[in-house]
Amino acid sequence: MDTTRLIIVAVGGQGNLLASSVLGEAALLSGISLNMSEIHGMAQRGGVVESSLVFGGARSPIIADGEADVLVGFEPAETLRALGRCNQNTVVITSLAPLMPFTVNIGQGVYPDLDELQAQIRDRTARLIAFNAATLARKSGNVLSVNMVLLGALAQTDILPFSADTIKEAMKRKTKKAFLESNLNAFDLGYQAAAGN
Amino acid sequence: MLLLGNEAIARGAIEAGVAFASTYPGTPSSEISLNLFQMSHESDLYFEYSTNEKVSIEVAAAAAKSGVRSMCMMKHVGLNVAADPLITLAYIGVKAGMVVITADDPFMFSSQNEQDNRYYAKLAGIPLVEPSSTQEAKDLIGYAFELSEKLNEPVIFRTTTRINHSSGIVELGPITPPVTRGDFTKDPLNLVPVPVVARKLHVKLLKNLETGRELAEKSEYNFTRGDGPWGIICNGVSYNYVDDAVRELGIEDKTTVLRLGFSYPLPEDLIKGFLEKCEKVLVVEEGEPFLEEATKAFAHEASLSIPVNGKTGDLFSRLYEYNPALVRKCIAQYFGLPYTEIKATDVSGIPDIPQRPPTLCAGCSHRATFYAVKKAAEGMETIYPSDIGCYTLGLLPPLSTADFLVCMGSSAGTACGFAQVTDKKVIAFIGDSTFFHSGIPGLVNAVFNSHNYTLVILDNGTTAMTGHQPHPGVDMTKLNLDGYGRIAIEPVVRALGIQHVTTIKPYKVKKSIEAIREAILYDGVSVVISEEICALYSKAIKEKQRRPFYVSDKCKDHKNCLMELACPAFYVWEDRVKIDPNMCTGCAVCAQVCPENAILPVKKETAAAK
Repeated sequence: MDTTRLIIVAVGGQGNLLASSVLGEAALLSGISLNMSEIHGMAQRGGVVESSLVFGGARSPIIADGEADVLVGFEPAETLRALGRCNQNTVVITSLAPLMPFTVNIGQGVYPDLDELQAQIRDRTARLIAFNAATLARKSGNVLSVNMVLLGALAQTDILPFSADTIKEAMKRKTKKAFLESNLNAFDLGYQAAAGN
Repeated sequence: MLLLGNEAIARGAIEAGVAFASTYPGTPSSEISLNLFQMSHESDLYFEYSTNEKVSIEVAAAAAKSGVRSMCMMKHVGLNVAADPLITLAYIGVKAGMVVITADDPFMFSSQNEQDNRYYAKLAGIPLVEPSSTQEAKDLIGYAFELSEKLNEPVIFRTTTRINHSSGIVELGPITPPVTRGDFTKDPLNLVPVPVVARKLHVKLLKNLETGRELAEKSEYNFTRGDGPWGIICNGVSYNYVDDAVRELGIEDKTTVLRLGFSYPLPEDLIKGFLEKCEKVLVVEEGEPFLEEATKAFAHEASLSIPVNGKTGDLFSRLYEYNPALVRKCIAQYFGLPYTEIKATDVSGIPDIPQRPPTLCAGCSHRATFYAVKKAAEGMETIYPSDIGCYTLGLLPPLSTADFLVCMGSSAGTACGFAQVTDKKVIAFIGDSTFFHSGIPGLVNAVFNSHNYTLVILDNGTTAMTGHQPHPGVDMTKLNLDGYGRIAIEPVVRALGIQHVTTIKPYKVKKSIEAIREAILYDGVSVVISEEICALYSKAIKEKQRRPFYVSDKCKDHKNCLMELACPAFYVWEDRVKIDPNMCTGCAVCAQVCPENAILPVKKETAAAK
């Protein structure tokens, strides 16, 4: 079967690994083969966390530069940093809510301009879906649900080999019951945001 | 079900009836032991966090020699620490199965080197197995135990980060009830390797290796795919890249892929037979040319003049990890196939993106200690030997408190040399877990040889970096676990004969600076123990948290807090320093650093409103 390659980049603490685990569960529910790889050694120390998810026939658990079909970035500068993983046919989904790297606060770098950042990504890829996922997370009733907002947007693109409903079912199994309602809200808000983007 | 490689390994061990497991934590192996530790609370499995990897192998070896299936896991550099017992254990052998897991880390995602531990198998004369997938990571554990018992030798189970930290769908098997009690039969003329015994044992080891080779020849984990004239030999995670590449290049009928999962002793006949059918052979293996060199030697012995290549010329590298595109490209290049790379996005012209290096957490006690040391040493020329743990992150400015690092425990040893040959003030840092692991001998050396330095022991009550594992100084009652001893650091240090020992509370900034200053002015070995629980661990075990702080109107914008402490709870908003109340742990160090006393605790009502 066809292979779909997804990269998720985030800053430690943004819930990248939970999002990956929901997608893993969705693949399992759909009977789709999946290999997934995570680099998370220093996640709790404010570094970048990257997950690669390869759905379908391939054995490799990682994705080479230029070979991502979809890139989901939980933080705009990290999305831009991962642009080398994309090609001209890649769909990019990014939140536009910056998490300022500490280096910027102490004057060791300048945060990229968000308009320029979007233009750069748009020029080089097939499609860019960009919105402030943090605002939508707040609206959903759980500020920590940025990950679920972006899963909603990802589901809307219909690139993954399973449906939005399957992802919701996976969310029921993989996320905490107390947060399920707000997580589902967040997912729907992300889905709508992508539809109108 | 979907399992992480490390979870699959833990599950494989339980299915294989492992009864005894020991470790010293190290990424990328840590989740294996986290899982076994949890399972041990609810089953007959005995699990221990040992003082270091050497001890961990020793305890497991004795259990295995007494007839209890034992497993020992560590990161690749841990096997350096454990190499001494491992290599002689190969002479002595085991009775029940013993599996030693080494988690190698190509690309050094969280390590100081990318050594290829397959050479330990060759060095020690111990069988080596390597899984290629999550499913195999589970299944191969059981195989490794059986192999160990067939040969009465420990078996090395080698993974790489992409096996440990990849998830895949795994079919579970039945669990074998563990045999938890054993017995030891005295047999000193086979078990105590004095020279006359060892000479005999080495002969036995070589015989075992020959039996091991015969098993490798027939092992189901050494298999071929395809029947074409182009040969590809591979192992571990590389097999996945090769398999994908062969399919994507459409050369299934032109190639034969030999995957080696039982890769030492090498199946010589199998490889020679494979070479005889090939026109040309490519070896795909991350790390060193372990299989490549052996394959070339086999080709020579078999008088085959076919080309064999891997890492010579412009093909594969000994550096870092491989990826699917790289393997596809090298296969196409080597076998002369037309190939167009998928063009990655051109990233030239993209504005510089500010770096996001990992940093010490908000409220980390190490930051407080580093600040105090720097203030105490102001005006002095210093050298800061550091060690392995979160505190290595002190290397970046503005803290800049890590100048030299080799390996676990090295701060206490290297400090001796720096103090002896330079005229600078040497202040070394070591964590509590690392101190017990291998810091003590360096300190003993400093006392005996009368060196002049200060060792700052950063005691945060846990092994923080690898995920809060216990160590001999940890209060296990905080984890609701009883039956453990506890070794306090200060009496240990005093018992070594160190005259100047101070314990500080690093969140008390002024007092800490004074105490450290006194310690570093002392002529001889002095020790400062900086005691404060890891901020993350404190949250994890649900200790009462302090109120966060905020920057009040009194702020005159000196930015000392930001520029000298660089706590990630600070951010700059409209050119003013602010504190993120969700990140601030209330350590109050910045409040003591502020020259205007402008940083104040958030009032209770406000805190509740957050």
